[in-house]
Formats: sequence, C-alpha cells, structure tokens
Amino acid sequence: MPIKIILPTAFTKHTDGTKQLNSNAKNLDGLVADLESAFPALGANIKGEDGKLRRFINVYVNDEDIRFLGAEKYAFQDGDEVMLIPSIAGGR
Amino acid sequence: MTTFACAYELRCQECNRSYGNQPLTICDECFSPLEVCYDIDSAKGIVTRESIAAGPASIWRYAALLPVPAGFQPDLPVGFTPLVRAPRLAARIFEGGSENLYVKNDAVCMPTLSFKDRVVAVALANAKAFGFETVGCSSTGNLANATAAQAVRLGLKACILVPADLEQAKILNTQVYGARLVRIDGNYDHVNRLCSQIAEQYNWGFVNVNLRPYYSEGSKTVGYEIAEQMGWKLPDNVVCPMAGGSLIRKIKKAFGELIQLGLVEAKDVKFFGAQATGCSPISTAVKANTNDVEPQRPHTIARSLAIGNPADGPYASKMIRATGGWAEDVTDEEVVDGIQLLAETEGIFTETAGGVTTSVTQKLVRQGRIRAEETTVVCITGNGLKTTDALQGKYATERAVKPRLADFAEYMNELDSEKEETYAN
Repeated sequence: MPIKIILPTAFTKHTDGTKQLNSNAKNLDGLVADLESAFPALGANIKGEDGKLRRFINVYVNDEDIRFLGAEKYAFQDGDEVMLIPSIAGGR
Repeated sequence: MTTFACAYELRCQECNRSYGNQPLTICDECFSPLEVCYDIDSAKGIVTRESIAAGPASIWRYAALLPVPAGFQPDLPVGFTPLVRAPRLAARIFEGGSENLYVKNDAVCMPTLSFKDRVVAVALANAKAFGFETVGCSSTGNLANATAAQAVRLGLKACILVPADLEQAKILNTQVYGARLVRIDGNYDHVNRLCSQIAEQYNWGFVNVNLRPYYSEGSKTVGYEIAEQMGWKLPDNVVCPMAGGSLIRKIKKAFGELIQLGLVEAKDVKFFGAQATGCSPISTAVKANTNDVEPQRPHTIARSLAIGNPADGPYASKMIRATGGWAEDVTDEEVVDGIQLLAETEGIFTETAGGVTTSVTQKLVRQGRIRAEETTVVCITGNGLKTTDALQGKYATERAVKPRLADFAEYMNELDSEKEETYAN
C-alpha cells in the first residue's frame, strides 16, 4: 500500500492544482524524487542548493514532524499520511 | 499625525520576488517566508523626530513606517509603553550596580497587557483592508486575548484555536470578548498546522498565518519606542525573549530604519536572545554557531515562548551572531526567580516570558557579555497576572492578626526575626 502525500496550496501553482497524490517512496529522498518526477516545475523549487528539501518546508508523518522520526533515515510505513507544510508557525 | 506613509510591499526573504500587498505569507516560487519591504528613503525629511512627537501617544505615531493601509483610522491607543531605568535590578545583577540598565515594560501594553497588542493592531488594520469579516489565530494566551479584544473594537468576528489542555483562566480571558474559541485535541504545533490549512479553506484572516508578514511588522514599534524614549539614541545592548524569533529581528529592523532616516546616529547594537531551557531551539543554534535550528518538543512553564519549531529561528540566529550578541536559556526555577526578582526590585510583575528575559539578563551579566557601563534595554513582553499559576506555593497565606496595635507590633517583630529585616516604626 502506498503512502499518501498532501501538498499545501502554495505548491499547486507547480502541480496543475494537484494537492494530493499517492507514492511508493521508501523515505524522504524518495518522496522528493517522486514529486520531482510527477511535477518537474515543483521539483526545481522545493530543493535547495544542496539538493535537499528546502529548510522552510516542514514534513509531517501522521501528525509527527519527520525530524523527530529520524528525518531522511525514517522508512515510510504502508498507509503513512505525509503532509508538506511551509514553515509559518509563530506568535502565541 | 502625518498623513505621509512609506510605500510598502511583500517580498520573499530568500529570492526577493515581489508580491504586492495581499494576505499571503509564503513565496510560491521558493516557499520561503515573505516580509514587508518599504521605500524608507521616500520618508527622509518627512518623517522627523518632530512629526513623530506630534503624533498620538501610541504605536500610531509611527504609522508612516508601518504597513497600514491608506485610510485606516486607528482608534485604539496601543503601545507607547514606559521605558524605565532599573537601578534596583541593576544593583542585584551587576557587581557595583549600574545606572545604564532599562526595562521596556510591555506588561502594561494596552489593551490586553502584552506586546501582542502591537502586532495584532497592525494585522487587523490589514484584515479590514483585505475585506475579511472573520479573523483568528492559533494561540496559547496573549495572542488570543489581543486578537479577541481588538476584533471586537473593529467589528470583526474572531475564531481562536487553542490546545485543549489550556488553563481555564486563559480560555476565559479570550471568551470574555465574545470570541468563538475552539479547543483542539492536540498540542500547539498541531493547532498551528491546522490553522494554516483552515486559512487555505476559509476566507478568514489569521493574524499569525496569512496576515503574518503584516502582523510581525507591528513588533518594530518596540524598537522605535526604545530609540525615541532614550532621547533618539540607540542602546548598546538589547535583551529580548524569543519564541518564533521574530520580535528580536524586528527591533533591529526598526533601529536600521531610524538610522537610514537620520533620526538616530548609526550604532552597532548587540542583540541578546532569551529562551527557556525547556524550549531553546534558537539559543542552542546560536551557541553552536549555526543557522540550522533543530526542532524541539517544548517542556517549560514559559508557554508563551514554547515554539519548538520557530519559523524565524534561522534568521534570528544569524542576526544575533552577526551583531556580536549571544543567546542564553534558563531553567523553569530560574524563570520563577526572574519573575520575583523583577517584581521585588522594579515593581514590575511580568509573566513567565519576562522571568526568562530577566534571568537570562542576569546570566549574560555573569558571563561578562553585558557590562555595567553599557546601556542595556531588557524587553518585558507580558503581564504576570496572566500566569499566576507559575508562582503557586511561593507565598504562604499568613495567619490573621487581631485588630489591635499590640498584636500588630508583635506580628511585625515575628516577621522581622523570620526574614532578618526590619520595618522600623
């Protein structure tokens, strides 16, 4: 069973309006590669100069920040819901 | 009050792409945060010390330098809080004391007793201009209070989202203004994430989501006020609490604009950030000399500073280090000590965030990073009446004394011997 990826509205300019897709990615690097393959315009924008996901894009796996799960080392589980959200938190 | 206003627009902080003015917080090219940029040079010779002094005793005296839409008529006297010299606090933290320590006291910021009134005032001015009928925020206290109160004043509906385990007092302090309050079964980060999704689905103005670039500019007024209240001079050091990392940067931005306008002499001000050890992603990054801010799971009584994944953290770390400043963090016990120290020395009752800032200032002095001969401003951002639970058990209820002079005198003697101090008669 693939994982479900949910994209923010800010991405839709580069995805022809697509906000949700399934992926067989095994980890974060695979997810970025999958997005790049599905939406080349998005792929060019979500990666920084180091080839990794830009630091202002947060990744949540089933409500948990992927950095608390091991970041790139985390192996996606069947049925994981992966949400990408630009970092805008602040001001309590 | 001058009718001149600097032209302003949103621009991406990373790729510099321009977005005009709209309720938007993220660059849709590189997904970095947007920031308001101004044509400050156009204000040279128009925005002067005199034109500012002729304005109201509130943040609106600086309206020409804020992203406030044309035609907005502010009627709330937000900000312009006291900057007070703090010699008694200085005597406790500097060996030999100091005449150069000041407290910027936003514990008495109107209308809801925290610096959040400043940012909300600017955000809601824009909410009106963008045509929002409902505004909201994710919050655990101060921001909720400020949004709910000021929305009423502007005739806007407010929907406030909070973590379900929020203290009853904070819920009441928001509900009293008639706001719709939604308790979310999750922590603050869950609430914040949900708000970003709601802002995409509902046509609402979330002050700290889609109005965030405008909202955060309200923090500049702390910097303008410090400069003006010091007689149009900049201090040597600023100590500032950090949650998302925005306020400290905006104070520096304000100082930079005043220098550009020729209203203050150029000066290299050192900026010092204060966090609680239980949520210290930015101070950890500063100490490690990096812009990479690793998220933390907050665990501290300083809830108003407890953002484990601070959006402006990388920028704040970079800025602090570039100024030659530093960042420190203190334990929850030190937070409470800081609250008591400020109250006992300067008569200012601050919330837990202010306890953080006071104790961090003390720590920085002990480390030799802040010296007595330097002018230092400590930014106190909230009122202690909102977090009285932090002082639970610190003060006993004393026995009742019979209404007779002899009993009173005996009781005074009793206290004098207990506390080794004398209240002379």
